[in-house]
Amino acid sequence: MSQVHYLTTPLSEEDIENLKAGDIVYLSGIIFTARDAAHKRLVDLIENKEELPFQLDGAVIYFVGPTPPKPGEPIGSAGPTTSYRMDSYSPTLIKHGLKGMIGKGKRNQDVKDACKRYKAVYFGATGGAGALLGKLIKEAKVIAYEELGPEAIRMLRVENFPVTVINDAYGNDLYEEGRKQYEVKD
Amino acid sequence: MREIAYGDIVTAVKNMVIHTATNLPEDALKKLEEAHEKEKSPVARKVLEQLLENAEIAREEKRPLCQDTGLAVYFVKVGQDVRVTGGLLKDAINEGTEKGYIEGYLRASTCDCFTRENLKEKIGYNLPAVIHMDLVEGDRIEIEYAAKGGGSENVSRARVLAPAQGRQGVIDFVKEVISEAGPNPCPPIIVGVGIGGTFEKAAISSKYALFREAGKPNPDPDVAEFEKELLYELNKLGIGAMGMGGTETVLAVHVEKNPCHIASLPVSVNVQCHSSRHSHITL
Repeated sequence: MSQVHYLTTPLSEEDIENLKAGDIVYLSGIIFTARDAAHKRLVDLIENKEELPFQLDGAVIYFVGPTPPKPGEPIGSAGPTTSYRMDSYSPTLIKHGLKGMIGKGKRNQDVKDACKRYKAVYFGATGGAGALLGKLIKEAKVIAYEELGPEAIRMLRVENFPVTVINDAYGNDLYEEGRKQYEVKD
Repeated sequence: MREIAYGDIVTAVKNMVIHTATNLPEDALKKLEEAHEKEKSPVARKVLEQLLENAEIAREEKRPLCQDTGLAVYFVKVGQDVRVTGGLLKDAINEGTEKGYIEGYLRASTCDCFTRENLKEKIGYNLPAVIHMDLVEGDRIEIEYAAKGGGSENVSRARVLAPAQGRQGVIDFVKEVISEAGPNPCPPIIVGVGIGGTFEKAAISSKYALFREAGKPNPDPDVAEFEKELLYELNKLGIGAMGMGGTETVLAVHVEKNPCHIASLPVSVNVQCHSSRHSHITL
C-alpha cells in the first residue's frame, strides 16, 4: 500500500530506505535543476576531480527547463522533462552522493542498479502540470552555467512539492508494477 | 476578391498562441474529467486530479499549462477568393507565432538538429513554425493551431506494412507503438492514426487527426468502428496516467484513412499528450 511522506532536503540514507515504489512524497527545501548539457558538465568536473557548483551529498536534482518567469515571479511553468536523456550521466552522480532525481518517464537498468547499490531514488512528477508545480517553487536562482539559458543549473526552494517514487533503492519499478496490475491479457 | 491585411493575421495568430498556452480546450478538459471518473487506480486518479487542478491554475492565473510550450504547428485552409495584402501569409503566421511566444512568456524550443543551438537569435523566437497549407473554396482563411510538445512527438512512429497484414496489422502496430511509449508521452494521451496514402500522406494525416475535437468519431461509420476497437485495445495495456498503472491510458483514438497504392499499406501513429493545446480561427 502506498504511503505518504513529508521530507526535507538534503535526503539521508535513512530517508531513502523508508521509500518504496508507489509512495507519494511531498518535498521541501533546496533542490537543483539540471538537464542534458548541465549533466555533462557535472560529470566532466567529477572525472577531472574538480569542485562542483553545489554539494552533491544528499542532493536532489530536478530535470526541468522552465518557461521564462513573468515580472515579479521566481520562475515560470516548471514541470518535469523526460528523464532517459540523463541516463548516461545519473549513475556517476549517484555514486558521488546524489540521493534523488525528479523527472518523468522510464530510466535504464544502469540507473536502477545505481539506485540500489548506492541508495538513491527516482521520483516522478506529473508531466504537463507545469503551472501547478511552478507555483510550488518559492525561490529560483541560477548558480552555474547561466549561458545555457533554460538549461542552466538553478537552485530552487520548494514547498511540499508532490512526487511519486518510481524506482526505489530495492530495485522496484512503479512503471512495471503499476502496469502489470491493470493490464488486461487476452 | 476579398482582401485581408498582413497585420490583422499577425495579431490574430499572436492572440491565439497566447490564449492556447494557458487554456486547455473544453474537449480535452471533458475527456480528462471522464477519465478521472472512470479510473480505477488511486495513484492514477491522483495524477488526473493534479492535471485538472493544473488546468484551472493555468486558466485563472494565465500560466502556461506546461513548460514545454511546443513547436507551433498549423493547418491552414486558404479560400481561392481571398488575397493577403502587405506580405506573405506564411510570414504573417511566423511573425504572429514569434510575438505570441515572446509576449506570452512562452519557451523558445527550436534548435539546430546537430549543434542543438537555440535558434531564437538566428531564425526567430520559437521559429520556424510548421505550416501545412491547402487551397479551398471560398473567401476565408481558416487557421488551425496546435502547440505540440516534444515528449509525445518522440514516441510517434510511421511504418509501411505489407497489404496482407491488413486491418489486424494496423492494430498490432498501433499497440506496439503505444506499449513501447509507456509513461514517456505523458498519458492519458490522444492517438492520431493516419492510414493509407503514401508515406508522408499517412504521417500528415496522423497529425491532422489530432486536430479533431477529442473523441469526435470519424464521419465514416466503418472508420469510427475501428477507432472504438483501437481505443478498447489500447486501454487494455494498463499504462495509466503518467504510466503509473491504470485503466485510462488513451482518451481518444482518431483515425484518418486514405486510398493507397496497390503495393503498400502505410500507417503512421502520432501521439498527443494530455495537454492537448489546440485552437482555430477563421479570418
